[in-house]
Amino acid sequence: MSISGTVKAGAMIEIEDVSKNFVLHNQGGAVIPVMAGASLSVGRGECVALTGASGAGKSTLMRMIYGNYLAASGRIVVGGVDVARAEPREILALRRETLGYVSQFLRVVPRVPTREVVAEPLLAVGVERGIAMARAEELLGRLNIPEGLWGLSPTTFSGGEQQRVNIARGFAHGYPAMLLDEPTASLDAANRETVLRLIEEAKMRGAAIVGIFHDEAARARVCDREIDVSVFTPKAA
Amino acid sequence: MNEYNFAYLDEQTKRMIRRAILKGLAIPGYQVPFASREMPMPYGWGTGGVQVSAATLVPEDRMKVIDQGADDTTNAVSIRKFFERTAGVETTEETGRATLIQTRHRIPQAALTEDQILVYQVPIPEPLRFLEPRETETRKMHALEEYGLMHVKLYEDISQHGAIATAYAYPVKVEGRYVMDPSPIPKFDNPKMEMAAIQLFGAGREQRIYALPPWCEVVSLDFEDHPFEPSKAEHDCDLCGAGESYLDEVIVDDAGGRMFVCSDTDYCRGRRAAGHVGAQGVPFEEGAA
Amino acid sequence: MTPLLQVRDVAKFYGPRVGCRDVSFDLYPGEVMGIVGESGSGKSTLLGCLAGHLAPDAGEVIFDTAVDGPRDTLMMSEPERRMLGRTDWAFVHQHARDGLRMGVSAGGNVGERLMAVGARHYGEIRSSAIDWLGRVEIAEDRVDDRPTAFSGGMQQRLQIARNLVTGPRLVFMDEPTGGLDVSVQARLLDLLRGLVREMGLSAIIVTHDLAVVRLLADRLMVMKDGHVVETGLTDQVLDDPQHGYTQLLVSSVLQV
Repeated sequence: MSISGTVKAGAMIEIEDVSKNFVLHNQGGAVIPVMAGASLSVGRGECVALTGASGAGKSTLMRMIYGNYLAASGRIVVGGVDVARAEPREILALRRETLGYVSQFLRVVPRVPTREVVAEPLLAVGVERGIAMARAEELLGRLNIPEGLWGLSPTTFSGGEQQRVNIARGFAHGYPAMLLDEPTASLDAANRETVLRLIEEAKMRGAAIVGIFHDEAARARVCDREIDVSVFTPKAA
Repeated sequence: MNEYNFAYLDEQTKRMIRRAILKGLAIPGYQVPFASREMPMPYGWGTGGVQVSAATLVPEDRMKVIDQGADDTTNAVSIRKFFERTAGVETTEETGRATLIQTRHRIPQAALTEDQILVYQVPIPEPLRFLEPRETETRKMHALEEYGLMHVKLYEDISQHGAIATAYAYPVKVEGRYVMDPSPIPKFDNPKMEMAAIQLFGAGREQRIYALPPWCEVVSLDFEDHPFEPSKAEHDCDLCGAGESYLDEVIVDDAGGRMFVCSDTDYCRGRRAAGHVGAQGVPFEEGAA
Repeated sequence: MTPLLQVRDVAKFYGPRVGCRDVSFDLYPGEVMGIVGESGSGKSTLLGCLAGHLAPDAGEVIFDTAVDGPRDTLMMSEPERRMLGRTDWAFVHQHARDGLRMGVSAGGNVGERLMAVGARHYGEIRSSAIDWLGRVEIAEDRVDDRPTAFSGGMQQRLQIARNLVTGPRLVFMDEPTGGLDVSVQARLLDLLRGLVREMGLSAIIVTHDLAVVRLLADRLMVMKDGHVVETGLTDQVLDDPQHGYTQLLVSSVLQV
């Protein structure tokens, strides 16, 4: 287990000396440093787990890789694009084609049927509609979403069903890089097994994966390395 | 008659109106603003046409005035008398003898010649008015040739009635440029606007003058699949038997009895004098009505 | 890739007061940009300047025209700019009655832009109008009804159909969901999202509703007192706002 990853040539995800502060302008301009000197590298077909106590910055780092949080300094290169400096449209193209993100919560437009929600990432990269729908249905089937629900909007589904729809959506397109935030949390054994298989399949096809797993057995099974993000927590704070 | 200047208006006013007329002739279909004067008759009675006629008349002119084709209706008689008294010009009811014809809502049935001038009385000169009430905007639309809206009106007609129901004041495009309101003449008359005579249009209340020089191209707007059709009552004149003349329908009793007669009274009289007799007509006698 | 719209140092003053100033950005084909800010922040003034409704006092608004390539729209003659407004551009007003002819049927409203660019076949105009009413979820049998007989949401959808029928490439929207019920808003947003993606539209949406931009906009521009205070990817600006004003704006949203 390495503490800070070494940057490998040809790595899919490369993070170098990244720092992050939150500046609260409306609370007296308080500056909260949350990360400093973060570096890691994830190669193709590799899965790296972020570990550390709650609040250590696992989600913050993951959000910075996705471009959702702005890094204060450093480089975050995914598939050749420096997310810390890229234009919005470059980040959007990266998210569309290269970088997938399975968050813990499903965020969708009301009224859109589940099948469409799952197929959307494929349609967005120009996959023919019939093929996209078939792939969406295959994933929904594997994740045990009853066929009767496929034509309905997931907004009214139970929490577990929404999470599985979210996973199906995240795995629909074969992203070369993926971010997984607690993908197996609160799943039953059968669905947990399916998700772990999906992760293994993604690794097999060469995807570089960064994940947060509280489920230790799952982490041991799919992750190649662990990185404790508390090492990146600024000591001065 | 020395109380009035010739043809009522003073010479300065006539010059102002003539400038507007010349500008109108130079830009066919374009509405030229002019300083319309108060006339001794109410708006809606032809104040625009009267001012244009007054500025155009010369003492040698022979004038004819028609209203809906007839020489003997109140409006026509009043205006004819007005110019008899203020200009002292000769008047006539015969289309062929007149040099200047002022009209309300019709073009004479007989073809006009290059020696004649036809003056129209126009109530609302702006063809876009009912769809776009802002004058600032309609002037801009004319300036920029943005005439999509005119077809919206025709579209609405077809969608509501199955055909273009506009039967009078049917909009035309002049020389491929300006869309123009031809005044409320029946659309039957539209094709006749491509004629040898000069046509002048005067709108008194709206203070606009526009004009068509001889043989100007005047195209009635339409759709490819709903082409323009000049229409008239499917009937012959009951007095003179004319089949090609625009007809008025006249109710003759309380039992639903009716007859169709030429709206152009001079044309009808001419035909009857030449011996034509319609279904309900009687042989023509000089001096009879 | 050539930007569809390049905005350079646009400024508009109302006497001594600043409407907006120093606004610059590039908008690329297919991008949807949201402009947020409170009332009086200059966002509507900016939209008016971009769409040719207001004359800016300084700056350039360069649009990549279909015919001539990039041209400064502020230097165009008025007929050219108005032609652009009927062909490549569309403008969706907050109040549908500003963008519709209330005395003309739904079909006539949609057909007007087609007729304005020369369509002269009634049957074809009518079938495109019906097709577009369908795409904005208005039943075919309402084609001859006037917008006065429509609900607010339907009027807004009709306005969208009227704008998109000629296949514009850039759509300006001023508070498109303002004044509508929440459920009606959701339906309209869903519709707009679908149309934007299907047609590959670029759009600039002015709104004060952060939920609207989160759903519709790829990127965000935050304005205050006529200035741009922050720009970026929509979710980044909303989830990790950098400027004090943006932080205040985001934290002021009531959670449901």
